[in-house]
Amino acid sequence: MIEFRGVSKQYPDGTVAVEGVDIVIEPHTTTVLVGSSGSGKTTLLRMINRMVDPTGGQVLIDGTDVATVDPVRLRRGIGYVMQNSGLLPHRTVVDNVATVPVLTGVSRKQARARALELLDTVGLERSLADKYPSQLSGGQQQRVGVARGLAVDPNILLMDEPFGAVDPIVRSELQQELLRLQGELGKTVVFVTHDIDEAFLLGDQIVIMQQGGRISQAASPAEILAAPADAFVADFVGAERGKRSLHLTEVDGRTVVVDGDGRPAGVLAP
Amino acid sequence: MTWLWSNLDEVGELMLVHLALSVPAVILSLVFSIPLGWTAHRYAWSRGVLLSIAALLYAIPSLALFVSLPPLTGFGLRSPMNLVIALTIYGVAVMVRTAADAFDSVSREVRQSATALGYSASGRFWGVELPLAGPVLLSGLRVVIVSTVSLATVGAVIGVPSLGSLFTDGFQRGIQAEIVTGIVATILLALVLDLVAVLLGRLLLPWTRTPSGRRASQERAMETTERVAGAA
Ligand SMILES: Nc1ncnc2c1ncn2[C@@H]1O[C@H](COP(=O)(O)OP(=O)(O)OP(=O)(O)O)[C@@H](O)[C@H]1O
Ligand SMILES: [Mg+2]
Repeated sequence: MIEFRGVSKQYPDGTVAVEGVDIVIEPHTTTVLVGSSGSGKTTLLRMINRMVDPTGGQVLIDGTDVATVDPVRLRRGIGYVMQNSGLLPHRTVVDNVATVPVLTGVSRKQARARALELLDTVGLERSLADKYPSQLSGGQQQRVGVARGLAVDPNILLMDEPFGAVDPIVRSELQQELLRLQGELGKTVVFVTHDIDEAFLLGDQIVIMQQGGRISQAASPAEILAAPADAFVADFVGAERGKRSLHLTEVDGRTVVVDGDGRPAGVLAP
Repeated sequence: MTWLWSNLDEVGELMLVHLALSVPAVILSLVFSIPLGWTAHRYAWSRGVLLSIAALLYAIPSLALFVSLPPLTGFGLRSPMNLVIALTIYGVAVMVRTAADAFDSVSREVRQSATALGYSASGRFWGVELPLAGPVLLSGLRVVIVSTVSLATVGAVIGVPSLGSLFTDGFQRGIQAEIVTGIVATILLALVLDLVAVLLGRLLLPWTRTPSGRRASQERAMETTERVAGAA
């Protein structure tokens, strides 16, 4: 379990990135931090693996304040996937995936063997293993990034806009892949995005951030749709714009669901 | 040509001597520039200071440096050590800025990614920053190689033997062929060392050989070379 208790962050230049944040993240669930640019999502995420230290409050993992844990050791036990994959350009695909196990003392041979299995897990051909990241497509790089995040079999996987830099089709593929993986592996995933649709698709819990690093609402997708906490949330999730309001109409005796633009979204199951 | 054939041994020997002067100086220049360049890259306040000192050192006339070093180092004026130290000073002066640029060229994203993976600060330096700075460091090293090999000839004026001795001797005795031989041999030596550096680079920086990897690092190296050339 990950817990944020009254967490704030003011950067040395005076910017308040996060203010008074309380979140509880249950194990084996996916929590999505969503909000517009500059709302403190990355800052919040990086407090979990101590790439950023809070200036107020505490972050706890299974009851232990992370501030008391050696940051290097902490990070080696937490998977991290970044936007644009963050792969090391001078390492081959297989060595990128094997990086953290090798850092923690696993033999190179063993780490590589495991890395090859992980390529299967994320749906990559093993023939890509000896290529360098620059020889891969954006979507492939992103998959390698996910494989690398899983390499030490971490309980916690942090993902910062991991699919932000790929085209919509690949993005949708990667989202489905992540859902499948999460179904199998049951990690505690903290996922950052500014795409509300992605948040609804992936999140068990959704944390909506607003400017100044405050939480507007933290709840399940259904709860957020049913009862947006305020006008900001309602606007952000598109409820107000009618984007998400569906209507029923009768066509040839069957009940068809149409969306706000009048396009059919499906049929109502009997 | 006849002069060359009858003096081949001597030219060969001077070439080796020249090599023994320049190679240590080139290696030392690289070794000293890396921590200095890294410091300039890492601590913004130190950059101006370090780069200004480098520029000042480079502005010292070479003969003046050769004759003013012995009292400071304890080596004799005609000691090869004296020359190696002087060449290293010039090498560092040329290389520091490129080394700083080399570390700048490592993207913030990659450095953050390495931190997130759990690299310690030193592990990140040796495992990520230094290798990724490699292509730009190499471009700077090539400039240092050529300038060091050429500058080493000046040692002949103060009596440290090198290929430069062929200039001074040829000039004093009025032997054109000897002077020409000296020039050609110096250029050849520089080209050979440059080739060695490039081959070592291909061996040690294999990712730059992929088409897109090469393009990226070539662009960075080119920008740097242009700046170095502009500064010189
Ligand atoms: N190292 C830093 N120093 C100073 N200010 C920072 C630093 N990092 C982030 N900030 C500021 O803190 C605020 C929150 O930044 P953060 O990166 O957490 O936002 P974000 O929600 O991840 O945005 P995005 O969607 O653009 O990635 C921003 O105003 C940003 O400018
Ligand atoms: Mg961010």
